[in-house]
Amino acid sequence: MSAQVPSIPSNGSVNGNVLLEAKGVTKRFGGLVAVNNVDFTITQGQIASVIGPNGAGKTTFFNMITGIYTPTEGTLTFNGSSIAGLKPNQITAAGIGRTFQNIRLFANMTALENVLVGMHTRLKAGLAPILLQTPAVVHEEVRARERALQLLDYVGLGRRIAPAAARNLSYGDQRRLEVARALATEPKLLLLDEPTAGMNPLETAGMTTFIRRLRDELGLTILLIEHDMLVVMGISDRVSVLDHGTKIAEGTPREVQSSPQVIEAYLGQGGAEEKLAQMKERSHARTA
Amino acid sequence: MATTSPTVRTGSALPRWARNLALTLLILYIVLLVGPIAGLDAPRIWQSIAAEPKTLVQVALVGLANGSIIAIIALGYTLVYGIIELINFAHADVFMLTAFMSLTVLGAIGVDQKSSSGQIFVGVLVALVVAVLFGALLNASIERLAYRRLRNAPRLAPLISAIGVSFILQNLGLFWGGLRIIFPVMGVNAAAPKTFPQLLPEGILFQDGPIIFRQKDLIIILASVAFMIALRLFVQYTRLGKAMRATAQNRDAAKIMGINVDTVIAFTFLLGGGLAGVAGLLVGLYNGTIVFNMGLTAGLRAFTAAVLGGIGNITGAMLGGFLIGLLAAFSDVYFSSRWTNAWVFAILVVILIFRPLGLLGEAGGEKA
Repeated sequence: MSAQVPSIPSNGSVNGNVLLEAKGVTKRFGGLVAVNNVDFTITQGQIASVIGPNGAGKTTFFNMITGIYTPTEGTLTFNGSSIAGLKPNQITAAGIGRTFQNIRLFANMTALENVLVGMHTRLKAGLAPILLQTPAVVHEEVRARERALQLLDYVGLGRRIAPAAARNLSYGDQRRLEVARALATEPKLLLLDEPTAGMNPLETAGMTTFIRRLRDELGLTILLIEHDMLVVMGISDRVSVLDHGTKIAEGTPREVQSSPQVIEAYLGQGGAEEKLAQMKERSHARTA
Repeated sequence: MATTSPTVRTGSALPRWARNLALTLLILYIVLLVGPIAGLDAPRIWQSIAAEPKTLVQVALVGLANGSIIAIIALGYTLVYGIIELINFAHADVFMLTAFMSLTVLGAIGVDQKSSSGQIFVGVLVALVVAVLFGALLNASIERLAYRRLRNAPRLAPLISAIGVSFILQNLGLFWGGLRIIFPVMGVNAAAPKTFPQLLPEGILFQDGPIIFRQKDLIIILASVAFMIALRLFVQYTRLGKAMRATAQNRDAAKIMGINVDTVIAFTFLLGGGLAGVAGLLVGLYNGTIVFNMGLTAGLRAFTAAVLGGIGNITGAMLGGFLIGLLAAFSDVYFSSRWTNAWVFAILVVILIFRPLGLLGEAGGEKA
């Protein structure tokens, strides 16, 4: 994990500025309301989490932020400009990166190539220079390679893994590679969809520390979907709870833990401590 | 109640090897039965090879030259399939139209066998550039007009659309061939084969009995191999090539990586159409005639080559192209030229039965 910090240009704005704001965001699939009138803000430098039972609309919410879905209603503002209805590649170019719940690496490419693909939007070469392989293009490719290697180092994979095919990496390493690939897009806001899913407790602890480092060292703003309550409560500045597509609670981890609506959404009734214990158990059962 | 033995299976009771054996026997039976009609007469073939082994070498050379052109067309199928899993049936007709375009350009410039080699060189170069641009733009326009809107439709929809485009292009070729008032090179009859000027040098590089290797054979093979290597390097190492592979492997993830998938797909069609342009000019120069329905045979052979090599796989398409070229040349000489297409497809069927992913295809597919 010891590596020089790759320079991701910070956007220079002061902590505390609103980076992403969703107002009244709704997504309907036919008659099904997957996300219903959700308001959400995340400020520069925060780590925020979205939690909720399965099917609560968390991933749909992510998919709207990243442009895979267009919101049926509502507005999404990122860094001062509207992003609702933009294509995913435009949103990536604007500075939102993400990882997927079920790993979606380019399985037949090497680890290095996966990261290089992530740099796609940040490389300038046009079609004609690429076809002609002008010195500028060659130089750009060399620099991109070097930076990709730095990123592999930074996420703890190391440079030696660069030529390995992504499909041959271990599960934990594939998750790290997804993060490296997302960092390669040079995001201001990083969305992590269940970054610790399927990890053992040790790997989970490592990932938690790593997420905090991303914020502290790279100045990233991080939004995560997570089921593991230890992770959520340990690193989040703010937690938002979705249930049946509606936001039912929001606040600091402690506030959310004691919110009666949240407890009811998860359990129907019972104390917060009991609920947490059960959820921990559930998340560990899933990893087993 | 008596317990059943755990080894008893329901349903298909035959083990895999037995089914393969049965299939092999069936195929063998069909080959033995139909083979002689289609020219498979082992003693005769053996005799003619023994009588003049050098002919076999000549057959191989012809096969390589034709195979290299098939391979270039096959790349167009495999690139497009790799990226959007569509068999672009219109591809071979784009190839046919680029041959018409090459002939038109050469006719307009006015070069023929009698021109100086400098004039011929410039003429061929201009024809190549125009044919490549024309093929690329035509193919990309087809994607834009006929396939893009159907991208999320059931797979059959764009496939049928492709077949429709193929017919339109064939008729366009027929129409073009009838424009003798504007293009005198097209000759009198619209549907008749058009004579292509023989511009490639015919000098004999090597001759030994029936083995004749001309400069133009060498040029065709070298030109094709050069384009294939360039394509392979492009897809492997450039930023756009990587974007193509990323789109082929996982379109959603590619979008999130900031890749404009529509642009990448359009570019893939440009590339495939450009290669069709190369093939169109080469075929005209090498074979000396072009005809409006030549896309049919060429397309079927190239498609077979792409599937044979493992569709979606660039190296596989090249390998398949050369193999189909060799097989066709062998069949023309030793089996029966009328049955050549039948042999090509028989080989395809056999390969697909035993190796459905093609020679170089992997499960999950190394795409584009």
